[in-house]
Amino acid sequence: MRRLFEAWHGFKAGTWLGWQIESNWTEPFLFAIYSVIKPVAGVLILVFMYLLVAKGGLENPLFPQAFLGTTFYLYVVNVLSGISWTVIDDREHYGMLKYVYMAPMHLYGYLLGRGMAKTAVATISVLITLAFGLAFLKVRLSLVNPGLFTAALILGLAALAFYGILLAGVSLLIARHGWVVGDVVAGGLYLLCGTAFPLSLLPLPFRALGLWLPPTYWFEALRRTLLGQGLHAELSPFSDSTLLLILAGATFLGMALSLWIFRVAERIAVRRGLLDMQTMY
Amino acid sequence: MGTLMGRMLLGEIAVKTEELTRVFRLRKREAREGRREILALDRVNLEVCWGELFGLLGPNGAGKTTLIKILATLLAPTSGRAWVAGADVVENPAEVRRHINMVCGGETSGYGLLTVEENLWMFAQFYGIPSREARRRIRELLSLVGMADRASTKVYHLSSGMRQKMNIVRGFLTDPKILFLDEPTLGLDVQTARTIRDFVRQWLLDHPDRTILLTTHYMHEADELCQRVAIIDRGRILACAPPAELKKALQRDVVFRLYVEGIADAKNLLDGMKGVRALAQHMEEGRLSVDLILSEEEALVSVLSRLHAAGARLAELKKEEPTLEDVFLSLVGRKLSEESP
Repeated sequence: MRRLFEAWHGFKAGTWLGWQIESNWTEPFLFAIYSVIKPVAGVLILVFMYLLVAKGGLENPLFPQAFLGTTFYLYVVNVLSGISWTVIDDREHYGMLKYVYMAPMHLYGYLLGRGMAKTAVATISVLITLAFGLAFLKVRLSLVNPGLFTAALILGLAALAFYGILLAGVSLLIARHGWVVGDVVAGGLYLLCGTAFPLSLLPLPFRALGLWLPPTYWFEALRRTLLGQGLHAELSPFSDSTLLLILAGATFLGMALSLWIFRVAERIAVRRGLLDMQTMY
Repeated sequence: MGTLMGRMLLGEIAVKTEELTRVFRLRKREAREGRREILALDRVNLEVCWGELFGLLGPNGAGKTTLIKILATLLAPTSGRAWVAGADVVENPAEVRRHINMVCGGETSGYGLLTVEENLWMFAQFYGIPSREARRRIRELLSLVGMADRASTKVYHLSSGMRQKMNIVRGFLTDPKILFLDEPTLGLDVQTARTIRDFVRQWLLDHPDRTILLTTHYMHEADELCQRVAIIDRGRILACAPPAELKKALQRDVVFRLYVEGIADAKNLLDGMKGVRALAQHMEEGRLSVDLILSEEEALVSVLSRLHAAGARLAELKKEEPTLEDVFLSLVGRKLSEESP
């Protein structure tokens, strides 16, 4: 019970600190402007790509699917890469990881808290992007099944947080270029999970790999609940509840794996003295 | 072991190490003179009592920080054992962490975007201190280190001295039973270093049941603050006693400081001479300053004769009271300011 309380302290303080770091780097007005411009600029890249490449431009039925995938992909970048980056940032930039680690709380809870703050920031971006899509890009959303949407959203975010902590464990052991881990994984997920295009466009081995990745199912569930239909032919045999079940399994697996790998990584880091390593990155 | 546990249960021992050893293994390209292992701690045995301000005195690279890191659960020992507040640092690190805190000098840690008060408050939350109590302690401690007017300053605006004072407050804020201070005044100006030393001394007077383990390579700091000092070099504890006792052991010896001109090296001339126990030298304002520990005062005559024969002119000669620096010189054969080879 005491350990749970300590983990709770870590989670609360991590959330508070994460929010301060994400939002406190400039004046509130500039932060508000940045919060709008960044996601809108991101979606405009997609828009121009579609206008130039895809037949029919924004009228192409694939566009809303790609738009939605790219919008919710903001969570992948912020939560999954963000949590793994936290370890590098706290250790190498702020020089605080060792003090955080030796406080009577669990680092795992603290990182979940930092992930919570990143989720909040990503949520602002996602909402702004969705609003922009509805207002200017003729995207039509209809919440077909609010229960499924809520469950899928929560499960997907939890899975991203757990896999982010798993990557944070790996980052604990990596000195130089540690920041690349999160970016490489996030980039790979963009490509392999059918974020902006159907899986069928991928070569067979990549397609098979994509079907093993939880975000593929997450994006599909969100598309079905917000657009009324999914994107990937490979997943069409699965009912909504099967998709949700797969997502729940992946989330549970992510939790178990992240707890185990993070614990192992933590032990190795203590054995090798990596918790206060400074490599000037 | 039974005796140790008994003393720990009786509340005498705050920190204990038994044959504590730490070896760092290097990669092939990091090998030093063909060696791929560095022995950072070599079978260290220490006991620190509750209420004690205990000093670890040694040059850079002696193993002080490695020892602190093991005790603070940040690093695992290669062999041997260590207990902090009765808990084994390897088997029960979570219990150790409930009783400790640490402050390191010479670093620029802190979340720069937060204000001083926010940084400190957040740390108090890590330790589960209620918010109101945390804010009360922060105000009190900032005022004690002369930073009351900086509570709302963002940390990136602070000078390194101010930042170190904030880190000192962070260490004491959680009211730890055992506090590790790793070179807390490293690189600070004289005034700031004095403020921190005064603060540490006062804190222990106000909290006589608390324990501080201080590492330093400033001899006067250890002399001024510590009730007992362990002298450490190349991972080994060479002596452990109150500063006065360590110096007293040297009082049967004679300590001289000589300033000579006309030669650049006295060490080769005097090393191994009868009666010369240890010596260290450095150039000071164009003269060679030689610290000399003699086992008998009569040996000075032959020392001076040999210097004279080598063409040296004696500019100044002082007989000095032994300091911890001399104790270190006598034990190690070089001065504290010289790094561990």
